[in-house]
Amino acid sequence: MTSLSPVSPDPTAPAVAPEPGLHRDRPFSRRNLIRTVVGGYLPLLVATLVVFLPLLWMVLSSFKQSGEIVTTDLKILPESLNLENYRTAMTTVPFGQFFLNSTIVTLAGATIKVLLAILTAYALVFVRFPFRNFIFLLILVALMVPPQVSILPNFILIAGIGGKNTLWGIILPGLGTAFGTFLLRQHFRTLPASILESAEMDGAGHWRRLWQIVVPVSVPSIATVALVTIVTEWNDYIWPLIITDRPETMTLPVGLTLLQNNESNAAGWGVLMAGAVLVIVPILIIFAALQRYIVAGLTQGSVTG
Amino acid sequence: MTRQLAPHPAAKPKRPPGRSAKVPKRRWTARTRRDFFVFLAMALPNLVLIAVFTYRPLFSNMYYSTLDWTLGSPTATVVGFANYVTFFSSNDAPKVLGTTAVFTLVTVGGSMVLGLLVALALNAKIRGTTFARSAVFAPYVLSGVGVGLVWLFIFDPGYGVLAWLLRGIGQQSPQWINDPQLSLVMVILVYVWKNLGYCAVVYLAGLQSLPQDVMEAASLDGANGFRRFTSISLPLLSPTTFFLLITTMLSSLQAFDLIRIMTPLGTGTSTLIYEAYLQAFGAYNRAGYSAAISVVLFAILLVITVLQLRFVERKVHYS
Repeated sequence: MTSLSPVSPDPTAPAVAPEPGLHRDRPFSRRNLIRTVVGGYLPLLVATLVVFLPLLWMVLSSFKQSGEIVTTDLKILPESLNLENYRTAMTTVPFGQFFLNSTIVTLAGATIKVLLAILTAYALVFVRFPFRNFIFLLILVALMVPPQVSILPNFILIAGIGGKNTLWGIILPGLGTAFGTFLLRQHFRTLPASILESAEMDGAGHWRRLWQIVVPVSVPSIATVALVTIVTEWNDYIWPLIITDRPETMTLPVGLTLLQNNESNAAGWGVLMAGAVLVIVPILIIFAALQRYIVAGLTQGSVTG
Repeated sequence: MTRQLAPHPAAKPKRPPGRSAKVPKRRWTARTRRDFFVFLAMALPNLVLIAVFTYRPLFSNMYYSTLDWTLGSPTATVVGFANYVTFFSSNDAPKVLGTTAVFTLVTVGGSMVLGLLVALALNAKIRGTTFARSAVFAPYVLSGVGVGLVWLFIFDPGYGVLAWLLRGIGQQSPQWINDPQLSLVMVILVYVWKNLGYCAVVYLAGLQSLPQDVMEAASLDGANGFRRFTSISLPLLSPTTFFLLITTMLSSLQAFDLIRIMTPLGTGTSTLIYEAYLQAFGAYNRAGYSAAISVVLFAILLVITVLQLRFVERKVHYS
């Protein structure tokens, strides 16, 4: 996890290393200060602003009335913290329902996925079974199969068993978890065998060993899997998009598409930004609070699109 | 968000020695029988789900791709390779494959180069790098639909911020949405914005694990910062570069959310994955044809994955 520790003391980092041969500047000399600001802070500031300004613009615009948006004279700040756009978003489409659906899909989906991942990873590491490594290989291969190429066959299957426009139809196809299983298996393998052996001596069965020893000592890894799963489920778009066409069962990203169709004129931008805030901000808050786990999970042998 | 496995060079599982020999071979005793069923009880639900919703679709797609079949219709005709022939002999193939190639190459190149530059900035020994690192990573975890809408507003030729900035320097905003080529440029820009934080964080991890003794030696030999970067850091970062090349290429080939929300008709932005979606779930409901495009996409992804595994096995390390 060296990747996640804050910047390690690095005597020869290319950016600000003192040149050999030159005399070393005093820490607060003007020359050093300028170099730190131009070579160090300026790029960081630019990078941070490039990320934040569009998101700030989204939040500001969500409070603007159509008169403040449909104008060639750009106004940066809204005239007031007017919630009219949020109200419009809630009434033109059932946004409250979308929010509820997204929450149910995310919580139910993530809970089941994490449970399945814990159970499968425990079985793969601690329970004797023939072809255990071959089964793990099959899970590894599944990790490389892109979900996007599976949508048509899964649509035909789920629609065929009546899952169209249902929440279980949205949740079910994504429940098998190769990612969580892989990540937890790698972690479980690093646990010292001795703690489990002593529990076995005491007569603890697999079930007790799992919940009383393995899970409590693996909380950070499980949190990583859980958070990455929550973010993925919340943002998931292509599958809910094709399996729902009625507002009652749409999730937020799909509902936002519906809102986009309803508010296609320029006056609708404020409403759309209010909708975008409702989709983006919950994840932004979770990320701000727990980014350490999320970054770890997403950059360790995994990515996104 | 899609996930691809690619063992990160810095993330080798630590395994205590002698672990694999932990469970000695025993006969089929009551205990092994119990273990057998415990294993099934724990792992089977997940394994069945993976088999049904991940493995089965690969084969179903291959079968569907041989059918002339309208989605929703109860009847279909077996046409063999006709769908593939149609795709590769029509105007679709050069257009879709060309768009896919441009989108993939530019987004991969763009997010890796910019990611490396941001990583170098984050590697500076100053305060605030931890916060900046989280900030640049944030877009990567946000909903593509939400992000796409925000940028669509910024690009709006009438009332967007970009149009306002351009008016400030006496220019008119280009028609980002109506011009197919500009649509592609727009989607690429937003995609790079969303994904470069991922490259930056992975590159930063690579930079921080560079051997310091080598850097110090080069520094004493009089190599300046730029020289140290090109002659030492960059070559030593090659495993990270390779890892990123593969993972970002795989996710670019599967990019869907931004394309769908920013250019719903796919004019100028129809990559393989988007064309497969449009053909089946757009106006035509051509299930067989869509499946054929999915198979082509899967074949490309498979080649990249196999390449990756071969290289990772050989370990592209310099040290």
